[in-house]
Amino acid sequence: MKKKIKNLNLNFGPQHPAAHGVLRLILELDGEIVEKADPHIGLLHRGTEKLIENKTYMQAVPYFDRLDYVAPMNQEHAFALAVEKILKIDVPSRAQYIRVIFCEIGRILSHILNVTTQALDVGALTPSLWGFEERETLMTFYERASGSRLHANYFRAGGVHQDLPAGLEEDIFKFCESFPKIINDLENLLTDNRIFKQRNVDIGIVTKEDALDYSFTGVMIRGSGVPWDLRKSQPYDCYNQLEFKIPVGKNGDCYDRYLCRIEEMKESVSIIKQCLSKMEKGPIKSLDGKISPPPKKELKQSMEALIHHFKLFTEGYRVPNDEIYTAVEAPKGEFGVYLISDGSSKPYKCKIRAPGFSHLQSMDYLIKGHMLADVPAVLGSLDIVFGEVDR
Amino acid sequence: MNTLIELEKKINSELTTKINKSNIKHNHLYLEINREDLIDVVLFLKTNKNTKFRQLIDITAVDYPEESQRFKIVYLLLSHEFNHRIILSYQINENEVINSLTTVFPAANWMEREVFDMYGINFKDHPDLRRILTDYGFEGHPLRKDFPLTGHTEVRYSEEQKKVINEPVKLEQNYRNFDYESPWEGTKYIKEQSNNNEKKN
Repeated sequence: MKKKIKNLNLNFGPQHPAAHGVLRLILELDGEIVEKADPHIGLLHRGTEKLIENKTYMQAVPYFDRLDYVAPMNQEHAFALAVEKILKIDVPSRAQYIRVIFCEIGRILSHILNVTTQALDVGALTPSLWGFEERETLMTFYERASGSRLHANYFRAGGVHQDLPAGLEEDIFKFCESFPKIINDLENLLTDNRIFKQRNVDIGIVTKEDALDYSFTGVMIRGSGVPWDLRKSQPYDCYNQLEFKIPVGKNGDCYDRYLCRIEEMKESVSIIKQCLSKMEKGPIKSLDGKISPPPKKELKQSMEALIHHFKLFTEGYRVPNDEIYTAVEAPKGEFGVYLISDGSSKPYKCKIRAPGFSHLQSMDYLIKGHMLADVPAVLGSLDIVFGEVDR
Repeated sequence: MNTLIELEKKINSELTTKINKSNIKHNHLYLEINREDLIDVVLFLKTNKNTKFRQLIDITAVDYPEESQRFKIVYLLLSHEFNHRIILSYQINENEVINSLTTVFPAANWMEREVFDMYGINFKDHPDLRRILTDYGFEGHPLRKDFPLTGHTEVRYSEEQKKVINEPVKLEQNYRNFDYESPWEGTKYIKEQSNNNEKKN
């Protein structure tokens, strides 16, 4: 008599430390081989897009911090750029440099978290302890500039909310001097580590063609050997005045993506240094009183400033009828905002294009035929944050 | 095929009747097509060696409840090779079923599920059209303009029934949607004056 063996259905998450948030993954297992993966998302859905439709343009900014909460300012950047393009306002050069500095800090924040937790998922504890110390330093920079460690609400259409406090530039520079050593330490722990390589090399391979078909962006597509980075190909703000390289992988496996992230952190440090040296004193937001609020001092003396202030914080500024898509290179890939304005002070439609969404949908394709133990490794290298996947 | 203008010309000459309207704005090419031609147009854009729009960035819909054709479906395409973006769109009625792009781009799967979930638009030949972002057993389509911001139901844990239950929304205070839309530029005659001044300049 032959016994028929039924495949096992396994519920991975939504409460699982390696699921990086609230992912419910339904796996069909044949022994230890994964036959099918069906991710269930939406457990963190907050209706961000609906809420933004009911808020003024300025009130919409904080929602972007809460998408990919590991690199908040990169998201704000996409929204600010979209509104600026519709309003056709110029951003002062100092503001551009400040924004780029904080976007690169965001990139480092995100990559540290990803690289070290990926190591944690495959069994190495130390990198995360070392890495999180650095993240703490970076988040104090966020705090000193914007007032909060995570939900910064710092970028505005037309610039940034306020100038950097005294001494912050020097401290960021000091960090840039010391941080490459930390990257080296992390690399010493991981890059040639036998266990780390056994768990990551040749796992979750993505070919060039499939990376394109599955709408992969960011490290996911660069890991497969496609040299595509929006900072270079469609530069925004002052990225065209900066020199940096784009690390590209060869095999498209989890290990190459890890290497790309490490190299990108080094590039980010060099970008921040360039910005700090090129930055000059000057205005940090658009001087158009109809768009950016007046300085506090003027409120006491100028009637016009007072009116502007009142109108900006009640009605908000109006944005003419238009339709636009802008994208930035967020740490996880192409983060885009598709905005439709209707002439009022609230967006008519604001679609958020999150890179994690298209990466996670390929889970079934990536994991088919792998072992159960590879699921956390692949998931880790996808760099999923549920804030942005679920929106 | 370097500039957007050349690209626009090329697409218009190759797809003549399939393109209803095209224009260039914000460095992107905006195309309006017919609902039936979607797959043909996208396949052409994807495979033609002069366009090579190999990536589908996103699919979304926009709701215009007042218009005769209620929804506008939008496709964002990206060509790495020529570094261009296309925003493809067409209008449909409320209960129309549209073609699925999953055969051309596997990435369209979840994007179409999201449009279905948020707007209630049905896709023909979609392999797995389920809700994606909203809760299990959710009713309604949240991003439609007639769906209230507060939603219809709220969730709580019931001590009596020992489970999580859905109830109609009860708010202590209604959502306050103040109308600040007083004219920024002042009253009508001032607006006219400032418009005239702008014209003179």
